[in-house]
Amino acid sequence: MTMENLLELFILIPLLGCFISWLIPSNNEQAISIVAYWTSLIQLLLAAGFTLFWILDRSATLHAKEWVLYRTAGYEFYIDLMFDSITAVYLLMGAFLSFLISIYSRYYLHRESGYKRFFNHILLFFFGYNLIVFAGNMETLFIGWEVLGLASFLLIAFYRDRYLPVKNALKVFSIYRIGDVGLILAMWMSHHLWHENISFIKLSQYELVHHQLQQHSAIGIFISLMILVAAAAKSAQFPFTSWLPRAMEGPTPSTAIFYGALSVHMGVFLLLRTHPFWEHQVSIRFLIAILGLATTLLATGSARVQSSIKSQIAYASTAQIGLIFIEVSLGFTTLALIHFAGNAFLRSYQLLVSPSIVSYLIREQFYHFVPHKKTIEHYFPEKVRNTLYVWSLKEWNVDFYLREWLWSPLKKVGDQLNGLTISTVLWGSILLWGVALILYHFEAALPSTIKTILPELIGFTGLILVLKSFTERKNTVLSWLLVSMNHMWVALAVTVNSHFYLDHILLYLSGVLLCGGLGLAALAYLGKQERNISLTQFHGHSYEHPRLAAVFLICSLGLIGFPITPTFIGEDLVFSHIEEDQALLAIFIAVSFIVDSLAVMRIYSRVFLGPHSKTYHEVAHRSA
Amino acid sequence: MDHQITLTFEQEQVLQKIKHFLPAQGPLKDFIHHNTLHAFQQLPFFEGIRKASRIFGYKVSLSLSEFRGLFRSGRIHSDVLKHIVAEQKGGENLDQWMNKMLHQPYNSSASSRIGALRAKWKGLYHIDLDGEVQPGLFRILCSYLDQGISIWAFPKAELGLISAIRYLEHKSFTSFFRTKRAKQLLLSNQVEISSLLTILVGDRPELFEQYLFDQQFSHQGWSGIVSSIESDPTLLMDTRKVSLKDLITLELLLEIDALDRSFPNGWEPLGAKLRHRPQRLFDPVILHELDEVLALWQQAFEWTYFDQVLAGISAVHYVEPSSGQLSFQAMFCIDDRECSLRRYLERLDQSCRTFGTPGFFGVDAFYQPEHGKFYSKICPAPVQPVHLIKELNAGKQPKHQRDLVYHKRSHSFLEAWVMSQTLGFVSAFKLFQNIFKPSANPAMASSFKHMHPDAYLTVKYDTKFHDENDLQIGYRVEEMAFRVKSVLRSIGLVDHFAPIVYVIGHGASSVNNPHFAAYDCGACSGKAGSVNARAFCQMANDPDVRNLLSRDGIFIPDETQFVGGLHDTTRDDIVFYDEQALSTIQYQQHEQNKISFNEALDMNAKERSRRLVSIDTSLRASQVHEKIRERSVSIFEPRPELNHATNTLCVVGRRHISKGVFLDRRSFLNSYDYTLDPEGDALFNILKAATPVCGGINLEYYFSRTDNQKFGAGSKLPHNVMGLIGVANGIDGDLRPGLPQQMIEIHDPLRLLFIVEQKPEIVLKTIQRTPELYHWYLNEWVLLVVHDAECNTFFRFNSGGFVPYHPLQKSVPILLNLEDLLVKEPENLPVYLIPS
Repeated sequence: MTMENLLELFILIPLLGCFISWLIPSNNEQAISIVAYWTSLIQLLLAAGFTLFWILDRSATLHAKEWVLYRTAGYEFYIDLMFDSITAVYLLMGAFLSFLISIYSRYYLHRESGYKRFFNHILLFFFGYNLIVFAGNMETLFIGWEVLGLASFLLIAFYRDRYLPVKNALKVFSIYRIGDVGLILAMWMSHHLWHENISFIKLSQYELVHHQLQQHSAIGIFISLMILVAAAAKSAQFPFTSWLPRAMEGPTPSTAIFYGALSVHMGVFLLLRTHPFWEHQVSIRFLIAILGLATTLLATGSARVQSSIKSQIAYASTAQIGLIFIEVSLGFTTLALIHFAGNAFLRSYQLLVSPSIVSYLIREQFYHFVPHKKTIEHYFPEKVRNTLYVWSLKEWNVDFYLREWLWSPLKKVGDQLNGLTISTVLWGSILLWGVALILYHFEAALPSTIKTILPELIGFTGLILVLKSFTERKNTVLSWLLVSMNHMWVALAVTVNSHFYLDHILLYLSGVLLCGGLGLAALAYLGKQERNISLTQFHGHSYEHPRLAAVFLICSLGLIGFPITPTFIGEDLVFSHIEEDQALLAIFIAVSFIVDSLAVMRIYSRVFLGPHSKTYHEVAHRSA
Repeated sequence: MDHQITLTFEQEQVLQKIKHFLPAQGPLKDFIHHNTLHAFQQLPFFEGIRKASRIFGYKVSLSLSEFRGLFRSGRIHSDVLKHIVAEQKGGENLDQWMNKMLHQPYNSSASSRIGALRAKWKGLYHIDLDGEVQPGLFRILCSYLDQGISIWAFPKAELGLISAIRYLEHKSFTSFFRTKRAKQLLLSNQVEISSLLTILVGDRPELFEQYLFDQQFSHQGWSGIVSSIESDPTLLMDTRKVSLKDLITLELLLEIDALDRSFPNGWEPLGAKLRHRPQRLFDPVILHELDEVLALWQQAFEWTYFDQVLAGISAVHYVEPSSGQLSFQAMFCIDDRECSLRRYLERLDQSCRTFGTPGFFGVDAFYQPEHGKFYSKICPAPVQPVHLIKELNAGKQPKHQRDLVYHKRSHSFLEAWVMSQTLGFVSAFKLFQNIFKPSANPAMASSFKHMHPDAYLTVKYDTKFHDENDLQIGYRVEEMAFRVKSVLRSIGLVDHFAPIVYVIGHGASSVNNPHFAAYDCGACSGKAGSVNARAFCQMANDPDVRNLLSRDGIFIPDETQFVGGLHDTTRDDIVFYDEQALSTIQYQQHEQNKISFNEALDMNAKERSRRLVSIDTSLRASQVHEKIRERSVSIFEPRPELNHATNTLCVVGRRHISKGVFLDRRSFLNSYDYTLDPEGDALFNILKAATPVCGGINLEYYFSRTDNQKFGAGSKLPHNVMGLIGVANGIDGDLRPGLPQQMIEIHDPLRLLFIVEQKPEIVLKTIQRTPELYHWYLNEWVLLVVHDAECNTFFRFNSGGFVPYHPLQKSVPILLNLEDLLVKEPENLPVYLIPS
């Protein structure tokens, strides 16, 4: 048995832990915490032993092509694992902190409703995390990336019966999805660059990369840029910084491990992992450094004026991650790894003991109080000083501009379609599909301009409709239908674009049809029971229908191409049918996937999460 | 127009009214329990809570299904329920009402009037005004009030909230506002609430009050803290000028700003679009049948327990204590947490006597520890002390140790770059250590840090002391004698002094707990009682004081020494002070007594552990005690102790009426000897202090339990500390006053029953001495039963008079094996007789 054979264990152990934890009855606190304890402990011991052995044994990068999930002519989707020093550091950090947190939470979460949910989410996170750090190719990494995003959403919305956690979970999810667009597009382009799902290990072959990039420098820059977007979003770098403090809605230990330590450093991981690819692109390295520096400066300003302990730690942490970005861009990989570990330990510990700040600082103040203490800012000119203060307090208005320039325009497009009803959508779509198919049938007779823009046109129509779904204010079923049908538009666009095979389409649509239909049934059932399930407000129906909520969540995940149905391979396949000069089509489809998922999670949140619309039990104030 | 506004919108009056209804909790460092619904206390209990519920949407009792569940599980007795229903609804309607109680379905959804007017922003304008305004408002407010979390403090905070913002608007290149009008209004220096309201609501002053109520109660936590600080600026060490008026002005400006931004082409005021005015907040509240049903259930729940208690007390036969030599006497706080410790002491040492009195022991003072920059009040919150006790020669050991993890430098990027790569790895080690071997750390709140055990306290006035800030340092002899006499008289300890009289204050310790102050002694304004205990002993040991006392007929023999101590209720540890002052004989006796104390503490820890699932109660007492100690320093333990949870009784009488009854740590115990107090003077002093203190504790637990979301602070686990003054969920949330879920989850919401041993007519006259005191009882926010020892009968206070009460329960089981029971039963225990 070689060491490569052992790699899959590090994925399977957390996955197994997840499944076992799911099966335990929710009132059995003891068993639930024991599963998390042993899962993380076994992982930790194994990781420590493995790493030690690996160090003694030449420390050569390990690589294993594990499972081929789908194979067709010229296309292969497989899970690929690798192990090197970056994996080792992240693996050990992850296992060590998860182990400590599992013990911590065992007592801390005692009697909390949602005890099981909490540990399930932690294990889900742990699985996604390990999949990322062991990923040997982009596709594998992307699966982990998606799992991590979902676990984050669920943990931020852990207190699902209050308004703010749900709202902030959606906010963080949408920022994560911006990062995902980057990753999807990077994957799409690298398909065309390499004509395969290339492994990271190949990326580190200098001659190969150098040769390709010299011929396709624009493509290289595009891929690197997209990777940078993904990394910046995940690691809360400018302009995405403000999600980090808002993610701190869950129980303190989950906040500490995710947003203090592991999750927030995944952007750094992505950069380290793809380092061989972009290290010879000076402009990209410069950009990474600038981004890191900007984040460091702006986040430090915000950290200095924060008056709540968790947001202070969040900004201070993200400022350090900015420095790590700089280190990475300069090629100081080892320093970056040490810095990551130190920052992760420091911030997670600071978050865990953050409730102590009251007794500590009050006592300090009691014995050492100096009124009107001067800080360094005192030496700035008055007007500059005050301006900086207000900007820092307002978090440099970044959120405002994101909203103004990104979300509002998207919403405005969607709003143009007010007045759509379920029947117009259904009949209109059938009509349009018919027209498109007829056009496609007579393809040979079409003028070439129409032929070339037809896929884009179809893709764009799909995108518009899904934007409508995202902005729909009332009709939940309509919104759900629009999302489901978006995949039909995508399928159509791709079919029209190149000869797409029926089995590819079936693979792609299988999950959509199943989950879309099941979700529709769930909504219909709930609508009959509760009458009001409109999108105008949060209903919190998970209070009375927790099982239905779980089923609907699974449907939602299936519908948005989460790796539980073949649709997720289908999505990757779809992109392989988009040519490299069709950036517009790729962007339309990528954005529509992202908006899809936002619309779906919005439906799930509005219907099942938030303050319960019935008031026969305790319901928190909206502002609480 | 202006004239009309002044006629119908009396700004000052409305602000006062809003303040009256807002939560009255101060900053975290002084957590003082109070009746959460203090604003409704002038009404009878059930009417008051009904009104509060209907107006503000609070849940004010357990739900109907919870009550029915308690009935089915036997925790509400059928006999008691029937008795109460028959008594209040008439025997002839019993069956009909029992059917309503047990089976009739009711719609128990809560509806509230608050917020209906401002909800129209969403309804008519499709704008989420709170969502637009609140995050920014809270951030400005929290930064302004911040007591030391931020590194860069709010500029010119000393100017006051509005003026400081105005300064920033003047002297910067940016603005808090995004549109012009709001900024200009602020800078015009004539920004009045009524004119801002006219912009927002229109020329409809009749709506203004309701609008402001809606607005302020959409974030009652922040408004409440502003109102508290406005009323008493000394609540903050780093003082701030802030008022509800400022907060409202700022919020109205931000609302105008948000509307101007959302509707750049102009918008009509709310009042102009409003077709139907929402119901007025304070319109009369109709009594529904469900209200009556819930009130009956509540009383049945209460009297199921109270009836047992009274049956228990009446079953105890008074035996004249043997007149042998006493080993010691010990005074404790009336706190319910001392109830079981006293029981164990008495069980282990039959010749000791214990007493209960409010834990400040009559020492009404401010206290300043050595090197402290501020004074702490160490007596009940309403008392305004004129004396100061200073701690001197406290030794070199600083009370404030540093820990770099909390250091602000770790938030500054260059220093943090170094720290994260050094201290970061130390943190990993600390985290590991904290999880596997919890130990004390610099950030912990420990009651023993309140005062250095060997320090000198300036208890006795000396001519070389000069007054500080109008406070006299130390007490003059006659002042001391007066305090000692009052306490001793009130508890009935005026003769038969034992060689040692212990005076034991209490405090608590915890780590990682922003609510640490709520666990200390309520009678000492949320501080530990060590200074008070020591000061009282110094007074009572003073020869001049004893001399004066003897003139009043209290002869304390020279062989008697008072010894102060502090009981840490979390760790169940006691330290004794000034032991060196004991004579050799006394010291030997003291050593002997300590054995009993230590054993009692072990057993007390064991009894407490039955409520804490993570500890195995069946272990030996000393082992359980070790685990309890470890728990108090575990950062991952959100329940260091359970504080006042389950409290529901306050017994005011001689110890023997409660000594023989097992009360499961649910009772405040105030010693009182009615035979020494024929006029009720001492009783008045006791009730005057105990009623609001114990009643406040009880009602805060009551309401935090019935609606942990709106009255309480919700779960502790996601809490984020805001400005060192409060906690919120996440970073954009409202402050959460009240008690967190982990403090109240085992609490049964029962009102407090005072059981006073006296003649009913004396008690009636006593409670009627002041209207404030009388209203607590008359309106039934606390309940009252008088025990007439001479004829062993009870009288229940009801609508201004006393009626005889005969317990329904005829026999009370005898407690045979407490240890067994502790291991088996994690829930509340019924009343038992303790065999003597």
